[in-house]
Amino acid sequence: MTLKKYVATRAITMFGVLMVTLLVTILLVGSNMDTILKQGLVFQVRAEITENPAIAKSFSSIAEFEAFVQNQIDQRTKALGLDTPWYSPQRIGFTMYKMLMLDFGRATFLTSDSGSSDVKDILLEKLPRTILLFTTATIIISIIGIFLGAFSGSKSGSKIDRLTSIFAVVSSSFPVWWVGMLMIFLFAFVYPIFPARATPSISSSDPGYIVALLYHMALPLITIVMIGFGSWAYLVRNFIIGIMQEDFITAKKTMGINRKKVVYSHALKNAAPPIITILALSLSGSLGGAIITEAVFDWPGMGRLYFEAITVMDLPVIIGSTFVLTIFFLVSVFIADLLYAFFDPRMRTD
Amino acid sequence: MSAISSDEIKREFIRSKMGLAGIGILLILIGVSIVTVITIPIDTFKEWNNPSNWISYPKTSIPVWVNLFQIKKIPEHMIIDEPIEKFQKLGDVSVASHQFMVYFDYDDFPNDFIYEFSAKYTGSPLLQLSVIRPDGIQLQLLSLSLPNSQTQITHDERIFSTDSSIRKNLFLQKEKFSFDIDGLSSEDILFSSSEKHEILKGNYIFLVNVYGVKTQNEILDSRLIVGGKAFGLMGTDDLRRDLAIGLLWGTPLALFIGLAVAIGSVTMGLLYGVYSGFKGKKTDEVMMRFNDIIYVLPALPFLIILAVTIGNSIFLMVGFLMIFGWVGIAKVSRSMALQIKIKGYVEASKMMGQKNSRIILRHIVPQLLPYALASVAISVPAAITTEAGLSFLGLGDPTFPTWGQILHDASVYGAAPRGLWWWIVPPGIMIAITGLAFVFIGNAFDTIVNPKLRRP
Repeated sequence: MTLKKYVATRAITMFGVLMVTLLVTILLVGSNMDTILKQGLVFQVRAEITENPAIAKSFSSIAEFEAFVQNQIDQRTKALGLDTPWYSPQRIGFTMYKMLMLDFGRATFLTSDSGSSDVKDILLEKLPRTILLFTTATIIISIIGIFLGAFSGSKSGSKIDRLTSIFAVVSSSFPVWWVGMLMIFLFAFVYPIFPARATPSISSSDPGYIVALLYHMALPLITIVMIGFGSWAYLVRNFIIGIMQEDFITAKKTMGINRKKVVYSHALKNAAPPIITILALSLSGSLGGAIITEAVFDWPGMGRLYFEAITVMDLPVIIGSTFVLTIFFLVSVFIADLLYAFFDPRMRTD
Repeated sequence: MSAISSDEIKREFIRSKMGLAGIGILLILIGVSIVTVITIPIDTFKEWNNPSNWISYPKTSIPVWVNLFQIKKIPEHMIIDEPIEKFQKLGDVSVASHQFMVYFDYDDFPNDFIYEFSAKYTGSPLLQLSVIRPDGIQLQLLSLSLPNSQTQITHDERIFSTDSSIRKNLFLQKEKFSFDIDGLSSEDILFSSSEKHEILKGNYIFLVNVYGVKTQNEILDSRLIVGGKAFGLMGTDDLRRDLAIGLLWGTPLALFIGLAVAIGSVTMGLLYGVYSGFKGKKTDEVMMRFNDIIYVLPALPFLIILAVTIGNSIFLMVGFLMIFGWVGIAKVSRSMALQIKIKGYVEASKMMGQKNSRIILRHIVPQLLPYALASVAISVPAAITTEAGLSFLGLGDPTFPTWGQILHDASVYGAAPRGLWWWIVPPGIMIAITGLAFVFIGNAFDTIVNPKLRRP
């Protein structure tokens, strides 16, 4: 298989997965969504009439008035295509088409900080913050992890190696959000160093906003890094131990090449493909895990948005965020696949 | 994949310290679960969300063992339900009396006191509540005539220390105190020394007398609660629930969730992968594409949507977690099956015309069992933490006190800002310990089964 063909097949699979995800989401929340949309419509019509008393006055009897209202509702239901059941192919197809065009409709309850209730605006506002926090955390984690892992892997069995392994196993057993609760308890209340809520209290148009945001980011960032880097180090360590047993490393060692050089340039280079793949995957994986962590720290990103949307059952937001999260996940899986193919020499031949 | 005999695995496992530590923790947890299921009546945990079940417990009280590390002892919550009972008859008048001995040796006033009783009587008996203090002073607290009834009835009542007539009675006796008792609550007056407003330590006797004329009276149930700020091994939460019970019940629940999900998803993944690898060709292609799709679904958002739309019973939750758990195992078992199926004995049994299902179950699956066992152990912690996470978001089964559920309540009631550490720390540690046990076992297995990790 050539690289081009490989890329093409992967891309098609990914697109297929995206469609399946969308379909499943719509099937799961469709009936609720339908009811909510219809209720919204009734509410809208009633609100317009109360705002404009002239309409109500122009009718002689209540029955006539009610008929008018019902007529209005029916007309709008038809205009929006809500008269066909939600599971009809046209409507599902239409919804999926709109999603693909990144048109998620209007949120039922939630708004962005600037007050817009367009789901796209809300997502665009929250997404960069989640990426800021979790990408920074993942990068720090992977840097610490790779070096610590390479170091302890090259000295397999030493004290540092054992400490790293124990730390990795223990730290990965604690849920990040629980450690988050403890950190908030310790460093926001017992020793008030950091703010307890990660949402800055000043408005986002203020010039000092970025600084405030970074300051508020410190506690979640420290927590995520603290819990995360151990398992990374452990992973890299295991790769390195595997590679250090290979013949070419033994050969390099017997040739008298500096031990440090062997570990950091030759062994690490060989461990690179799986490490880079995992890096790409964990970047997107961290976005999914963000939901609980952001809820704990009250970080104003996608995760908390998702949590809020679930709490108030704001379905357009739920569907929109699931879609965006899935896209991110797919894109990083895709990139991981490509990187792997690129680094793996077997994929490049013929 | 070299075949390792089960004896060899056993021998190596016993040599691994980590594995033994894991097994040790696991045995303790199983022991705790068994003891919990046997000793704590199943009703208490079904009543977890029923506030009336916890009414006699104190609110957000610290665990009692904290007192061991304190110079100033925090008052413990006392529930005394075995009074000394006496019955006297003087002519026409009969007196049923209950005495409660309270040994109070703490450095802070109690929160309150409550007397609960149910009495069986006819007519309108008189109930008198008084206290004899360590310094010999007797304080009258309350005289109360029970509601009149011509026929014999049973009357239940709770008398709270905040009762206005208790305060009024205490003010009438204010000459017994040499300081101003205005504005103090009844328990602050009652447990205070007579010279100045500080704790009077020692034995207090709470006396309850029920007087009846020409009638037979009985106090059936009688209970004195001296409300403290420390209670139980693990303290209580904002809803007065005994956290020790929640934590203990959480153990079998977590083990059940973790093991059910892990065993379920490993079995599913193993059979799926082996079948796909064994069949090969088109079947393999289709099955692996389906596997790819599940693999790239973002699990947590989907779990949340499933929990919200379909339901959040604990069994459904186990099912949902399985949906996302089997994928990785299927991939690995497929590649293992690919290696095994070209071996001579598999080819031979094919030639002999054995059924596919028999070949898979007899010849391929047993080879993968060590790997499967390691996978079960490794999958358990993820299942437990994911369930805890979902419960923490408020999407878990509210009828069961899982550790995640306790943490959810802690976060809802603002345990962190209020400094209620005993509500936050123990559930997380339990989650981590349970996870650790399985990680240890899994890692020990992994080093045996996976030759690359063996030390040279």
